[in-house]
Amino acid sequence: MKVLMFGWEFPPHISGGLGTASYGLTKGMSKIPGMQIKFVVPKAYGDEDQSRMRIVGANDIEINKKLINYESFLNEIEYIQINSKIVPYTDPDEYYTAVKEANEEGRSFIYTNFRGKLPFTGKYGADLYHEIANYAVVASELAEEGDFDVIHAHDWLTFPAGIAAKRVSGKPLVIHVHATDFDRSGGSVNPAVFDIEMKGMRIADKIVAVSNLTRNTIIEKYGIAPDKVVTVHNAVEPLEEAEKLILKRNVNDKIVTFLGRVTLQKGPEYFVEAAYKVLQKMDNVRFVMAGSGELLNRMIIRAASLRIADKFHFTGFLKGDDVYRMFSVSDVYVMPSVSEPFGISPLEAMQSNVPVIISHQSGVSEVLQYAMKVDFWDIDAMADAIYGLLNYSALSDMFKAHGKEEVENMKWENSALKVNEVYQSVVK
Amino acid sequence: MRTICLYFQIHQPFRFRRYRFFDIGGEHYYYDDYMNESILRKVADKCYLPANAVMLDLINKYEGKFKIAFSISGTAIDQFELYAPEVIESFRKLAKTGCVEFLSETYSHSLASLSNREEFEKQVAKHKEKIIELFEVEPTVFRNTELIYSDEIGSMVADMGYKAMITEGAKHVLGWKSPNFLYFNALNPKLKVLLKNFKLSDDIAFRFSNKAWSEYPLTAEKFVSWIKAIDKNEETVNLFMDYETFGERQKKETGIFEFLKAFPAMVFKNTKFKFSTPSEVVQSLQPVAAVHVPHAISWADEERDLTAWLGNELQWQAFGKLYELQEKVKQANDPKLQKDFEYFQVSDHFYYMSTKFFSDGEVHSYYNPYDSPYEAFINYMNVLSDFEIRLNSILSKDCSVEVQRLSKLLQEKEQLIIKYADQLNKDDDYRRPPTKKTVKKTKSVGVSAEKSIKKSPAGKIVEKANTAAEKPKKIGLQERLIRKNKF
Repeated sequence: MKVLMFGWEFPPHISGGLGTASYGLTKGMSKIPGMQIKFVVPKAYGDEDQSRMRIVGANDIEINKKLINYESFLNEIEYIQINSKIVPYTDPDEYYTAVKEANEEGRSFIYTNFRGKLPFTGKYGADLYHEIANYAVVASELAEEGDFDVIHAHDWLTFPAGIAAKRVSGKPLVIHVHATDFDRSGGSVNPAVFDIEMKGMRIADKIVAVSNLTRNTIIEKYGIAPDKVVTVHNAVEPLEEAEKLILKRNVNDKIVTFLGRVTLQKGPEYFVEAAYKVLQKMDNVRFVMAGSGELLNRMIIRAASLRIADKFHFTGFLKGDDVYRMFSVSDVYVMPSVSEPFGISPLEAMQSNVPVIISHQSGVSEVLQYAMKVDFWDIDAMADAIYGLLNYSALSDMFKAHGKEEVENMKWENSALKVNEVYQSVVK
Repeated sequence: MRTICLYFQIHQPFRFRRYRFFDIGGEHYYYDDYMNESILRKVADKCYLPANAVMLDLINKYEGKFKIAFSISGTAIDQFELYAPEVIESFRKLAKTGCVEFLSETYSHSLASLSNREEFEKQVAKHKEKIIELFEVEPTVFRNTELIYSDEIGSMVADMGYKAMITEGAKHVLGWKSPNFLYFNALNPKLKVLLKNFKLSDDIAFRFSNKAWSEYPLTAEKFVSWIKAIDKNEETVNLFMDYETFGERQKKETGIFEFLKAFPAMVFKNTKFKFSTPSEVVQSLQPVAAVHVPHAISWADEERDLTAWLGNELQWQAFGKLYELQEKVKQANDPKLQKDFEYFQVSDHFYYMSTKFFSDGEVHSYYNPYDSPYEAFINYMNVLSDFEIRLNSILSKDCSVEVQRLSKLLQEKEQLIIKYADQLNKDDDYRRPPTKKTVKKTKSVGVSAEKSIKKSPAGKIVEKANTAAEKPKKIGLQERLIRKNKF
């Protein structure tokens, strides 16, 4: 089986869960005998882990002869300049720097650079739609070679590329939905994004959803036939010894952590309110909100107005090792997401022996047994769960003892096998 | 004469309301009255009342040849009295026929037999009293919560004067032996043991309406043919099940009541079996052997052990915490707290905390008010935390009376000291100047002792008691010193 796979991010340049998931899955798939993957990412840095698969950077493709086609693709995917600067997976600081850099260089995303290659920033930004269009051009270029059996595209950003590749080659298209715009926007979808998602889902031969939650969204909100959508739950990379970084704990207080983008989708405000409730009854506990995002300032103000700022801390965006350091001092991890298609971070917390509380509105709640599950809006239940985990040792001990094992049994190899079954079902 | 012994368990717990940690110390009502009432009403209308009517008809129809036994938990009785008194009335009618035996158990359907003998005996006595009061019969056969049994529990029950006990005919205990005989306790042969024929019992209780079952549909005729096929030497077929089997677990629509009505007719028509109550079985049959049960068994789940209630860390901690409080409850001697403590012990609370997700998940979710065992645990622990605060405040009130008494004593002594000191000063001012110093010192000790008692936080009675007990001792010493000085 030869797969032409369109992703968006790849280690070590991962800014979000999408990159982690597509990498893990690809790694798992590479263990299936006879599986050949051509993984296409924009802006390959050249230092990615190439041992397992061949990486083709989209900006390494000559596209000068494709300039004419470019126009036609632009029309077909309805290129639109977006005003709202949605940033699906990067933090605002990074996003800002990336765009600023691009502007300073006087580079416009539409034009190719002097060598006739398409410059990709590899980040999502204001000119995102240009990049997607460019990507689709490259896709058709790659697809013309036709040396593959199936096309696999991860999330809406690469759907146009997948569609283009299918048009040119006539090969079946599998799209992988890691999140829909309903999750990202909290209900008020961006019509342009919705259109691209819808088009991808309609044209695809099969759709892989990362959870039943997402599968239902696809069926209900996008009107796709249920038998076309298959759930393949995500997994998690085993934690390597070197990554087990221990931070020295300087306070005796218990620490409850929120880790993720501080955006509507992640429900940070419910965490602040629950923290307030717990702090009314307990003194020896601190709350940490690690991450940044558009709601960060509001959260800081809310914590101050509740007069819990002395016990409620903001760390800003945490990267790489800092995430594990944060886990190493945490007693409870809370993911109050309003809408989380999957949610890998609770699994990472469990790998670090941290008991987790997750919302029912997350895909990961479908696969976890050793976790507290609450509705994101149910602040009372969330506070009660935090209090219970901090005060009744049997519960946290049980989660520590069995949670890690549970996560270790969730392997990407298993997800990869299921994806392979999907491939088999579409390849004639 | 071969016999069939029918026994039904009737039990309802007082389920907790969602009790959050911020209620601790503020709200002291723990029960979800709405849920408890609506569940009880529902089960009464679907099961207890119609099933009792059928039983009464059968007893009348066969003129005393159809016999049954019940055990009704104290919490179920409490709920009948609160929400459905006509159910008690219908049981009374059954009791008057003389064909119905009522068994003894713990009042709150508790696991006390596994933890605390004193508490266990107390609850059994309370239940017995209640049964006598309601049905005017004294129970002589014992049924422990969920048929929990071990050699030790059996011998404990024998000590309490019961002649027999019923339990599960668990495969891992019986091995090649058959449950269809009368056995006796391995430690005390005086106590006879009746074992449940779990195959035939569960055919009715669990498989009756299961369309995937190869024997579906189960008719009375077919069922009686299985009983008839039992080896001629085997003497008793013990069919033990939850009473809720009739009309609740197996809905009316499945034809369970028709099955029940047809069953005795088929037995009388096609076999030579008769019906006996457990105490009649004990009287008429000779026990064949001892049954050895070193580790406790029950009728729950595939394992037939205690893991449904005490199988994980959550259950152990909650159970441990509960019985830690027993001594304080006794000291407090407050009827309200006592009642709550009884309701906390209901085995269902621990059942809800079971983490056997897959094997018996369905049975565990039966009228389970929680989404997960973790919620059940947290809720339970929150309730216990509040209960402990109440206990402590009552005990510290008692304690503060004691403290007052002691400080009064201190004051009296102190005045005495001052009086003596004055006398000393007057009497021999010139002879003993250091006495003054000692007096001052003594005074300050007395005052600081009082202060420290006041300061100590409410709730830490043990500490308080210690301080209270220690201080006067010290004063006593000082006093003696002074006296020594004086004389």
